[in-house]
Amino acid sequence: MQVKLRLLCGLLLAIPMTLWAGDVLRLATTTSTYETGLLDHILPEFERAHDCKVHVISVGSGKAMQIARNGDVDVILVHARKAEDAFVNEGYGVNRRDVMVNDFVILGPVNDPAGVGGLRDAKEALRRIHSKQRPFVSRGDDSGTHKKEKQLWTKTGLKRDGDWYLEAGQGMSATLRMADEKNGYVLVDRATYLTHREKLRLTLMVEGDADLFNPYGIIAVSPYTFAHVKYRRAMALIAWITSPECQARIRDYTLKGRPLYHPSAAGGGD
Amino acid sequence: MDYIWQGVRDSLRIITGLDREFLSAVLVSLKVAFLSTALATLAGVPFGMWIAEKRSRGARVIMTILNTLMSLPTVVVGLMVYSFLSRRGPLGELGLLYTPAAMVIGQFILAFPIVAGLSASAVVGLDKRIRATAFSLGADTAQSFRMFLREARYGIMAAIMAGFGRVFAEVGVSMMLGGNIRGYTRNITTAIALETSKGEFAFGIALGLVLLTVALVVNILFSLFREWSR
Repeated sequence: MQVKLRLLCGLLLAIPMTLWAGDVLRLATTTSTYETGLLDHILPEFERAHDCKVHVISVGSGKAMQIARNGDVDVILVHARKAEDAFVNEGYGVNRRDVMVNDFVILGPVNDPAGVGGLRDAKEALRRIHSKQRPFVSRGDDSGTHKKEKQLWTKTGLKRDGDWYLEAGQGMSATLRMADEKNGYVLVDRATYLTHREKLRLTLMVEGDADLFNPYGIIAVSPYTFAHVKYRRAMALIAWITSPECQARIRDYTLKGRPLYHPSAAGGGD
Repeated sequence: MDYIWQGVRDSLRIITGLDREFLSAVLVSLKVAFLSTALATLAGVPFGMWIAEKRSRGARVIMTILNTLMSLPTVVVGLMVYSFLSRRGPLGELGLLYTPAAMVIGQFILAFPIVAGLSASAVVGLDKRIRATAFSLGADTAQSFRMFLREARYGIMAAIMAGFGRVFAEVGVSMMLGGNIRGYTRNITTAIALETSKGEFAFGIALGLVLLTVALVVNILFSLFREWSR
């Protein structure tokens, strides 16, 4: 019995050791960049070169910035330009750089009960969905996509109350699936749409509006506000992601021949 | 129906192929749940036995509190521990948020009331004469403790099992405190949540099957222990 007990204790002590992670950089990012597989495409090379793991915490842009405001991550990759500027101006972030762009699109059920198919004007599409009271599934999580959607609604001046307006409170993929199940309309970034296209019954309704532009930025959490953040590592990651090599990798990350993101850091990509 | 069968078939391939991400999630689940249950056992069993021995009003209040905490929602524990472990919180210096250690803390808080409360019930349920006999034979505190432990071992084992079941199956604490980081804090339940949201049912089903299998194995070990200690 004594021997068994000692063995058990030894085993339990061994567990915490295997939990040690080594050198780590924490990146909070939007659900879309992670779920489309882009980060898996560009991060391993950085991890090898710098002998450090990047721990990706995949949440909405709003939550990513909130986590960074608490000092719980070292760097963020987000898409919510106005909120990013506020984040930097308030002293939480430094050295924001453009990374890449794509665009948002509006999807809807094939029979298109609100009659928005083929529109270019996103606001007009929202007006029609509103007047026909058709299901619209919103992220509802203060993510970059949700912020964009709220901006669009504000521009239309319409109130979003009623059974037709559903707030999912979940990531992009989950919201997309919910819209699919409910035969609703949904605002989604093109990369996530293309990644899930074959599993969806929804089809592309609205694209091409200048209002639907979707830029991504990377920001280091300020070492002046939080002395403990791994600022040098964060800057190394920013340098890698905006480098011509990585920008080319972003450009070449395609799904069935379609690019998901267009690199936009100065000096890299197109 | 078709896609469910497809999912089950794919899931078997994932399990037999020992997919790396899959194995990692299983290992994280096992490590964190075992560790938190072990800690809850070390703290909860003696506490439960001690509280069972006290027949005072304060003890009854504590028992009621323990019983209430058994149904503590995981997300509430997650939120509480999160606010303590965040860099903005009182324990922020430790930098524990989004690590397996944070998950262990959260799961410990989930398991402790169950282990303590059910252990107390197991001891209270013992024949009163055992206690009288122990004292009449001149047993000291340590000796009577060991005796109660032996007499109530089935109930206490059940308490530990229930605690393990709770933390092994929970998702709220793991998601909020671990952050679902692949290969590090992603466990079976958070992986299922993620894969389902992506519409990847096969991976989720594979993990679900493992979750059930592990629960089965643990229960078999438990009944073997019962046989062995009889």
